[in-house]
Amino acid sequence: MTAFVLKRLGFAVITLFAVLTIVFFIVRILPGDPAMAILGDQASQEALVALRARLGLDQPLYVQYVQFLGGVIVGDWGVSMVSGRPVIQEILKVLPATLELTIVSLILGAAVGIPLGVWSAVRRNKLPDYITRMASLLGLSFPAFVSAVLLLLVFAIQLRWFPVISSGQGTTLGERLRDLALPAINLGLIMAAYITRVARSAMLEVLNQDYVRTAYAKGLAFATIIWRHCLRNAMIPVVTVVGLYLGILIGNSVLTEIVFNRPGLGKLIIGALNQRDYTMLQGMMVIYTLIVVLVNLLTDLTYGLIDPRIKYS
Amino acid sequence: MTQATTASLSRAAYLRSALAATGSGLLRAFNANKTSWVGLGVFLIVAALAILAPWIAPYDPLDQNILFRLKPPSAEHWFGTDYYGRDTLSRILWGARISLAIGLLAIGSAMVLGTLIGMIAGYYGGRTDIIIMQIMDVLLAFPSLILGLIVVAMLGPSIANLVIAIALTAIPPFARIARAPTIAVKNREFIEAGRALGYSDTRLMFGHILPNIAPEILVMGSLWLATAIRVEASLAFIGLGVAPPTATWGGMIREGFENILDSFWLALFPSIAILIVVFALNLLGDGLRDAIDPRLRGEE
Repeated sequence: MTAFVLKRLGFAVITLFAVLTIVFFIVRILPGDPAMAILGDQASQEALVALRARLGLDQPLYVQYVQFLGGVIVGDWGVSMVSGRPVIQEILKVLPATLELTIVSLILGAAVGIPLGVWSAVRRNKLPDYITRMASLLGLSFPAFVSAVLLLLVFAIQLRWFPVISSGQGTTLGERLRDLALPAINLGLIMAAYITRVARSAMLEVLNQDYVRTAYAKGLAFATIIWRHCLRNAMIPVVTVVGLYLGILIGNSVLTEIVFNRPGLGKLIIGALNQRDYTMLQGMMVIYTLIVVLVNLLTDLTYGLIDPRIKYS
Repeated sequence: MTQATTASLSRAAYLRSALAATGSGLLRAFNANKTSWVGLGVFLIVAALAILAPWIAPYDPLDQNILFRLKPPSAEHWFGTDYYGRDTLSRILWGARISLAIGLLAIGSAMVLGTLIGMIAGYYGGRTDIIIMQIMDVLLAFPSLILGLIVVAMLGPSIANLVIAIALTAIPPFARIARAPTIAVKNREFIEAGRALGYSDTRLMFGHILPNIAPEILVMGSLWLATAIRVEASLAFIGLGVAPPTATWGGMIREGFENILDSFWLALFPSIAILIVVFALNLLGDGLRDAIDPRLRGEE
């Protein structure tokens, strides 16, 4: 187990290092001079030179690269070129809102998707199966901003059940839930569409196994066979896919945050792009990579908890 | 007959048989899952409408008419008009051209490059394989919308740059899809025989391995075309699409979103348009994939 964890950690570190290198060079080849972007094109030559020196942009590229990597490790991700505050502080300020949204959506997606997938598999090639398959295909055809706009239109503007703007700043639990409801339903339903499909195909595979036939033959209750014997085995592909779909979830959370005007990483990255805040962009890419690498690592380690047959070696 | 003519004749024969194999594989898949025909039919109708836009669109998509701003759907303007009095239906028809062109170009190039990269990794194996796939895994680690967003922001929003950004995010999945069957096929007897006959690696890869993996790649292509259209619309919605006043579906929803309280149809109709195309392509690709690989039934 320790060897496996160390091996996966090693792989995670290599991936992280590779992405950080790409991030460093991507940000360096962005068009425009960051110093001029901050001071404006009317700035004097002296001011530009001074700012470049302060930002370390006058150093040779390899020095900047080493400084960048060192900074990432010790938590010094530079200072936002727009707000002047440390990048890591700005990110940590909005990170909980994005995490709250994605985690609740993921739980919602699993709570809807897993039972639907199981039901669809058990009723294979019958009406409920066809309806579930079509509905899930439709669900994953929705661009997140389209479904968000439609939800907003119906439930916030027409029916007025939820606020149009999800400030994410509510103080009571009720307020927070009301703020979170529509964005989480939006992301959760798309996630449910993906999970339903994977849960269905994983269940179909398990339902054909000999041990399931044996369970039926010895007269076990249908519900016991499905929920206790089949589902646990079918969960491995579901967990893998949830880990793989994290990228989609992150992308969709950006769009959802924009539509519902909800604070979070999505709004921060759009702001940084519009204002050409290079250090912030760099920090955003670092945090996204960290999240993806960490979730992949957790996904790998979760297999053993779900399936005791898996030995880490 | 000279040797060169024989060689070119046999190459043509190879190409014919390769195309026939791919075609019959796809046809079998189509017939095994009828919903694929529905998906293909709807997609072809949308493609035809996009191609015919200059002739069938009732108005010029850029023609502004301030007197007719924000008009709801009516007999003159079936889908209403936008903030500048432009006809929404005409803009949707013209917008389809942009969505489809960017999607097809991006996925076409990702398919070619990704397949090539995957085949090289799978065919040569060893260190080449490890290095190539490691790079692909790093690219895959990045959320595609975020990668697209950064590339477009870096290069500037134009059709060519959107194609590059979307293609870049789609190359790794194609490389993965092409690599696995290449490894499976490369040790089969017919490839061994080819090698014994002194065929070059290029000839073996393109003449013999590619036809075997082509149906799978094309199916994957239809699913990724759906993703590409969704990503293009998302980027346009964020404000990183083809610059206004050119009509794009994502851009139209963005403009409609600004007037959503009083003119909901502005966001609604382009939303439905995107949904129809993406759903049709998913229906097409999903059905074909089920037929080609029953193990993947119902899996994204």
